[in-house]
Amino acid sequence: MRRVVVTGLGMVTPLGSGVETTWSRLIAGDSGASQVTAFDVSDLACRIACSVPFGDGNDGTFNPDQWMEAKEQRKVDPFIVYAMAAAGQALDDADWHPTSHEDQCATGVMIGSGIGGIGGIYDASVTLHDKGPRRISPFFIPGRIINLASGQVSIAHGLKGPNHAVVTACSTGAHAIGDAARLIQFGDADVMVAGGAESPVNRLALAGFAACRALSTGFNDEPAKASRPYDKDRDGFVMGEGAGVVVLEEYEHAKARGARIYAEVVGYGLTGDAYHITSPAPDGDGAFRCMSAAVKRAGLQPSDIDYINAHGTSTPMGDELELKAVERLLGGHAGKAAMSSTKSAVGHLLGAAGAIEAIFSVLTIRDGVMPPTLNLDTPSVETAIDLVPHEAKRKQVDVVLSNSFGFGGTNASLVMRRV
Amino acid sequence: MSDIAERVKKIVVEHLGVEPEKVVEGANFIDDLGADSLDTVELVMAFEEEFNVEIPDDAAETIQTVGDAVKFLEKNSA
Repeated sequence: MRRVVVTGLGMVTPLGSGVETTWSRLIAGDSGASQVTAFDVSDLACRIACSVPFGDGNDGTFNPDQWMEAKEQRKVDPFIVYAMAAAGQALDDADWHPTSHEDQCATGVMIGSGIGGIGGIYDASVTLHDKGPRRISPFFIPGRIINLASGQVSIAHGLKGPNHAVVTACSTGAHAIGDAARLIQFGDADVMVAGGAESPVNRLALAGFAACRALSTGFNDEPAKASRPYDKDRDGFVMGEGAGVVVLEEYEHAKARGARIYAEVVGYGLTGDAYHITSPAPDGDGAFRCMSAAVKRAGLQPSDIDYINAHGTSTPMGDELELKAVERLLGGHAGKAAMSSTKSAVGHLLGAAGAIEAIFSVLTIRDGVMPPTLNLDTPSVETAIDLVPHEAKRKQVDVVLSNSFGFGGTNASLVMRRV
Repeated sequence: MSDIAERVKKIVVEHLGVEPEKVVEGANFIDDLGADSLDTVELVMAFEEEFNVEIPDDAAETIQTVGDAVKFLEKNSA
């Protein structure tokens, strides 16, 4: 099987635009959460979110004009703009801008989203109701559907290989990277631009996730304290938005052109809980089998894992079930591994979460520093695993595991290692 | 320039993201102003909204330049 390596990284997150901006703030322990002011939240149970900081592009702010023409932005939901920015950054970072027909055809795109253009669907529904069907824009559909993130990126960069999109709720980003890696392994492409994008910070999505009892509602006055995975006072996740995109490349292809290699994607596991539409299975077996499959595919032992980027959303049930599944995986080696939830800082980016967390995992290998789990004042359960509370920690990291679990009981795990 | 022409120009600049100087009477939306087929559908919708008129599809197909739009709207808007 052909080997697959990561050669480019890009992201837009609530901590800023760009990988280095986000990463340095993450390591510093900053939170991206704030009270929502962009729309009316007075009647919502959850009035906080982790929003992308828009600005002129200086000081790590996100300036969409740098990545997509203003008249094109107007036609699409923000998840597509975030995807365009993250993909542009990743391709620049990889220094891969194919111009020959052959190179273009060898490069594909697989950027997914959990729910796509839910904000634009809401707006168009109101237009349909108030003004009738003749006022629905011809850009309504192509600006909202999920695979148009991949479509727009392919058009902007001339990428003519596989064009695909993943939709597996909060596992989307991890599945996209894992599936894209397989396309490279099988020879369908030599390079894949892969990841996830999401723009759910709007009234409809907040109301919907609040109705599922998934969101934090007890920290509306202290947003930075709301996302607190494993802490006894956690009460739900904090909605985030943004995108994460990586450039994956066949190993010999990357070596031949002298590309910088961040890490190798060595393991990928996928399972289903077959239990409930929103709740994780109480036995954590889906998560355990998923991680086990990824480690086995990597040809490694659980004891080889140095750092785990947890799914860890800060929901009362999910965190402990994942923790137990990880303990089961690690067995007697639990004391050696560390696991943190970066959702404590950036919130839950749903379909983009697995992609940005895979990038954080890669950076943990590069820099030998593990991002913290913020707000972990009093763990709700005891564990031998180091949950990296409050502050980042230095450690030589060679093998990482990144977990993502989604509504519908869909699970994805990635294992990456130093090359 | 008539009031209608000014309002048409403003809509075209806004929707197509072009320089105002390029929005002249003879400018063709697709050939000169970079519009695609979906842009022209949206432009016609914007004219309908701004001028409170209904532009049937067969009439919309004849509106290919800035001048076509101004002429149609001068004749049909209240």
